[in-house]
Amino acid sequence: MAADKFPVEGSHIMMFARSIADDNQVYYDADYAKSTEAGGVIAPPTFAQSSAQFDPNYFLRPKIGEEWFGSGKEATSIKKKESSGGGGGGGGGLHAEQHFEYHRHIGPGDVLTAEVKPGKTWEKEGKRSGKLVFSETITEYRDQNGELAITARGVGVRTERPVDQ
Amino acid sequence: MALSATSLKAGDTYTECLVEDLSRTQIVMYAGASGDYNPVHTDEKFTKEIAGYPSVFAHGMLTMGMTGRMLTNYVGDGRLTKYGVRFTSQVWPGDTLNSTATVVDVTDGIVNLSVETTNQDGALVLSGYAAARVD
Repeated sequence: MAADKFPVEGSHIMMFARSIADDNQVYYDADYAKSTEAGGVIAPPTFAQSSAQFDPNYFLRPKIGEEWFGSGKEATSIKKKESSGGGGGGGGGLHAEQHFEYHRHIGPGDVLTAEVKPGKTWEKEGKRSGKLVFSETITEYRDQNGELAITARGVGVRTERPVDQ
Repeated sequence: MALSATSLKAGDTYTECLVEDLSRTQIVMYAGASGDYNPVHTDEKFTKEIAGYPSVFAHGMLTMGMTGRMLTNYVGDGRLTKYGVRFTSQVWPGDTLNSTATVVDVTDGIVNLSVETTNQDGALVLSGYAAARVD
């Protein structure tokens, strides 16, 4: 997720922590957090992924005035037939791997940039889903001083057909 | 809170139950907070009729996030230096997940951990590693 400006905010961290069912006070209680080694509210380790909220072109978010592939009256609101299969995730592919390297821990007040660099791509034959096409992206999260805060490496996979259950 | 290098040895484990009977609502909460609104996670009609899956399923990152909670409860806040995973099976509404960190080694103030999260049938849904600063 590329973002020119990813402001890290306390309420977003609180909502994110709730969404992963983590009630650690260090994610929402500034007074408590001050008394801990962290020295203040910090974000949970996987929070950087929510930079998606600040990527203006993120394709897994409905956008005003544009077709969305989820259901309305019908099972998909996309009227025209998509050009090719590439199913599996039904448009988004599936997430195969995610890696984070923490140079420092981020918190409210940080304003990050997220620069995405393409990585390797490779193919594999899957037993449960046909041909698998993997693609890697590297995202560098830098803070307001230009210092590297988090390096993320994600691997996505497109499957030939839905994964057999 | 933080771990002490002298009290850790290879093979030590720490386990937490991440979630019992995962609800669709929890998945919706994750979609809203993370910004990943892929309908395969929240839209049963789309997921069954178009994507071809039996029901919506959790974001891999929800499992990674909850597994991260187990890790930070073990190593302390702000202590992780690395955390990476592979998603090995999908996680479905109704699943109960347990997660274990196992000490691989402790060197130069860093503990290296292997991480595994399994579902109620014992199937591995996530495998990975983490590294954290210890005292």
